[in-house]
Amino acid sequence: MIREQRNLILNTLTIVLLFVILWLFDRYGTDYQIRILNNIAVFITLAVSYNLINGICGVLNLGPNAFITIGAYTSALLTMSPAEKKISFIIEPLIWPLNVIQLPFGASLVVAGIVATVFAFFISYPVFRVRGDYLAIVTLGFGEVVRVLCNALQNITNGPLGLKGLKPYTNLWWSWGIAVLTIIIVQRLINSSWGRAMKAIREDETAAKAMGIDPFRHLLLAFLISAFFSGVAGGLLAHLITTISPTLFTFFLTFNLLMIIVVGGLGSTTGAVIGATLFAWGNEALRFVESPMQIGPLHIPGIPGMRMVIFSIILMVVIIFARKGIMGQREFSWDWIFSKIRSQRI
Amino acid sequence: MSAKRFLLAMAMLGIAGLLVNSVAQAEETIKIGVYLPMTGSVASYGQMEWSGIQVAHEMKPTVLGKKIELVLVDTKSDKIEAANAVTRLVDKEKVVAIIGEAISGNTMAGNPISEAAKIPSVSPTATNPLVTQGKKYAFRACFIDPFQGEVAARFARNELKATKAAVVIDVAQDYCVGLANFFVKEFVKLGGQVVSTTYIQTGDQDFSAQLSAIKAAQPDIIYAPNYYTEDALLAKQARDLGINVPILTGDGAQADELIKIGGKAVENMYLTAHFHKQAANTQLAKDFIKAFEEKYKKELSAFEALGADAYFMIVTAIEKAGSTDGTKIRDALSSLKDFQGVSGTITMGPDGNPVKSVVINKVENGKFVYVTTVNP
Amino acid sequence: MNIQIFIQQLINGFTLGSLYGLVAIGYTMVYGILRLINFAHGDLLMVATYVVIYGMALFSLPWYLSFPLAVMVTGIVGILLDRVAYKPLRDAPRISLLISAIGASFLLENLALVIIGGVPKPFPRPPIFDKVIDIYGVKVQVLTIYTPITTIILLLGLLYIVHNTKVGKAMRAASRDFETTRLMGINLDRVIALTFMIGSSLAAAGGIMWAMKYPQVNPFMGIIPGLKAFIAAVLGGIGSIPGAVIGGFVLGIGEVLIVAVFPGLAQYRDAFAFLVLILLLIFRPTGIMGEAIVDKT
Repeated sequence: MIREQRNLILNTLTIVLLFVILWLFDRYGTDYQIRILNNIAVFITLAVSYNLINGICGVLNLGPNAFITIGAYTSALLTMSPAEKKISFIIEPLIWPLNVIQLPFGASLVVAGIVATVFAFFISYPVFRVRGDYLAIVTLGFGEVVRVLCNALQNITNGPLGLKGLKPYTNLWWSWGIAVLTIIIVQRLINSSWGRAMKAIREDETAAKAMGIDPFRHLLLAFLISAFFSGVAGGLLAHLITTISPTLFTFFLTFNLLMIIVVGGLGSTTGAVIGATLFAWGNEALRFVESPMQIGPLHIPGIPGMRMVIFSIILMVVIIFARKGIMGQREFSWDWIFSKIRSQRI
Repeated sequence: MSAKRFLLAMAMLGIAGLLVNSVAQAEETIKIGVYLPMTGSVASYGQMEWSGIQVAHEMKPTVLGKKIELVLVDTKSDKIEAANAVTRLVDKEKVVAIIGEAISGNTMAGNPISEAAKIPSVSPTATNPLVTQGKKYAFRACFIDPFQGEVAARFARNELKATKAAVVIDVAQDYCVGLANFFVKEFVKLGGQVVSTTYIQTGDQDFSAQLSAIKAAQPDIIYAPNYYTEDALLAKQARDLGINVPILTGDGAQADELIKIGGKAVENMYLTAHFHKQAANTQLAKDFIKAFEEKYKKELSAFEALGADAYFMIVTAIEKAGSTDGTKIRDALSSLKDFQGVSGTITMGPDGNPVKSVVINKVENGKFVYVTTVNP
Repeated sequence: MNIQIFIQQLINGFTLGSLYGLVAIGYTMVYGILRLINFAHGDLLMVATYVVIYGMALFSLPWYLSFPLAVMVTGIVGILLDRVAYKPLRDAPRISLLISAIGASFLLENLALVIIGGVPKPFPRPPIFDKVIDIYGVKVQVLTIYTPITTIILLLGLLYIVHNTKVGKAMRAASRDFETTRLMGINLDRVIALTFMIGSSLAAAGGIMWAMKYPQVNPFMGIIPGLKAFIAAVLGGIGSIPGAVIGGFVLGIGEVLIVAVFPGLAQYRDAFAFLVLILLLIFRPTGIMGEAIVDKT
């Protein structure tokens, strides 16, 4: 049969298989496993949307935490009931109309994404006036500005007290459903003419301009889509941990995302997925280097903080020796699998 | 592909790790989970509380005839990690009780999970009232900020005879914001006046701008309920600028480092506190202080004392309950009466908040000196 | 706000600014030659202060030995940083260098955390720097006067080296045109190593004076001063050494005065610095003293 049909069927089957596995975990898995799976899904969404702007467009954005923060707060403020808001905002009351609105979870995620996108739109002009290092620093600056504002605007965000008691709406279906949606939409974009234009801009912006591509329009689109999904992921995150505050969204989060897409392969959605999975799972699995270990007669005391040292080393090793990461810029494709199978047969 | 090989190695390490973990527990032990910020921005508090817990553990290593095993999980001062940590402790390590976290915000991320699993958790130092509100399995070892703020205001008005207060708030910490808020409410209620409110942020090191505003407002007391690093620097710069009014602060400032960093400038600084050696009149306190100073050769601060108290409270509750069932331990904790803790006599209140006295300390001649105790 | 307090604030701003300037010089030198924002630069500050603490506590060295030791050690750490994190990426795209810099910064911070612990340590300020003198009713710490003077002396020394020595000429050449300098037979690796050493030593000096003014040290103390120093370097014109110092002064004084005049804005202090940076990068990226940098992308 035709390649496209075959791919479509295979992709659909994979998604169905994924949901069957999720259902099994939902019914029979432990809380710990479910939590890690949720973490993986949220980080996949974050990584894939972050990769769109960093990897595909080649624009180093160091402020994704701004979008995540905005999404998290928007979603949280919309799902809390007016009574809950009154209890939480003990220093300064929440402004109208936020103190009376309440929306269901799904709607709040959509609004979260939209608000993040609007913010991205407003800052896109200053951000894309510059390139390279300067752009990186400008986005870093915006990331910090948003965090400081969240801390200071007590009548909107409750300042350093943050919001607590959020209902844990995020379950395996929401988190993975959105992750799958993000992957599909981002891949569609990448495989379209828009995506090809973005890659052209990444490789050589001047040449792309000469070919008639308007960099600003394409970068703006990538930026907005990236912001949308980051905002939604922020909402998911908020309802996973059930409490948020400005300290949650520092440069540390950006560093984690950067590490994920670099190790996975800058420019590859598959790489982002792999990187996110390794990170979310590895973060927990590596805890053993921080707890006391008994190797034969040797008792090694636990050293907290070793995980971060290891992650920093991994990032540097990858960027220096294996700049392409795991996947480089290649994507997973069914063609590759079939060619492998065929070559085995021979 | 060297990267592939490297990551394959890492993956194998991870799997090995999971195996190592499961092999380690051969003996039957009672596990108490501890989740604290051992790294990250508030690592100092986690590290201090952990040292207190460790000394307490050495003093009382068994309960109900079995060895107690402490399982420490680092939260990296981060909420996501705090939630992961509690899930891991409850689900994988199967602990019977949890100590943690040090910071109210992170505790609020972690204790919904222990609440749902019906595992009691005791936070040594989370002082935000919202931490235990509406929960049955959440407790703490410290008094809460509304009480502390009130006591501070009363002390300022009645003992220090202050009428005009300048308030300096670290807006990056919900603890500081909350405490200042409660102080101001009570201070104004008692007839005082707040002549200046200035803001700082954790990590700030230059307060000259705020201090010049304070100097201009001419207060007769400065209330700066912040952590020791900021308060030490604040006091130093205040004295350098010639501002000599008394400074009153909260429990977050009571640490050796306050005096080491602040030097002469923090002389005569007053603190509402959980703990002072002189006020520590229980036998447990005396034993603990001795054991701690022997092991670490430094002065005790409230963080270590409260960490230890959280541990002792849980062990006592297990003994009282005679079982490791979560609900039974929880009931024993909530009916704790006149428990002779390191930081004083503790009776558990109805909402998981202990009813305890506040100690007022003062810095004199480079040491924390006890002034008085305020009973609830 | 009366004139006394204003002058006090001005002096404070001047001191803060000179600290930023010292650290900014290192940033601007490295950027001038390598076009790299060395994110780990701020952490070198932290390294220097810890060396002093351990020197004085463990080996009981007096301050006039500890300080130079710290400066030397930090200089060496700077060279190592380049060797390990940046040299292998000489021909790599810029984004890789930036990422490596971020990784190196996190590594330094977390290594310090693991080895030394997170509890902040007091910095042993030598008693001679403790004095406070009185000028027309304005109380001034002697440190506040020593710091800008030291900065200016170091700056003049550096400018002499850069403009009057062969090595300096090589550095200027490398920042003007990397490839051609290489073709001229100049050992670029040596020049770069020297640049890192000088820049890191200056950061160490800045770090020590910073710790004397704000005497508490923790593994993450270098992040904010590092970022502010970078803003100062951009403000003054990235690539220009006197510009870095001038930018430092402008930023330091501006920061202090804004909070002094509008105390309610204190919590926005850092955000304010970033906004300045963003506006600057958009409207005048060459900064105050800047040479027009041809965008090579």
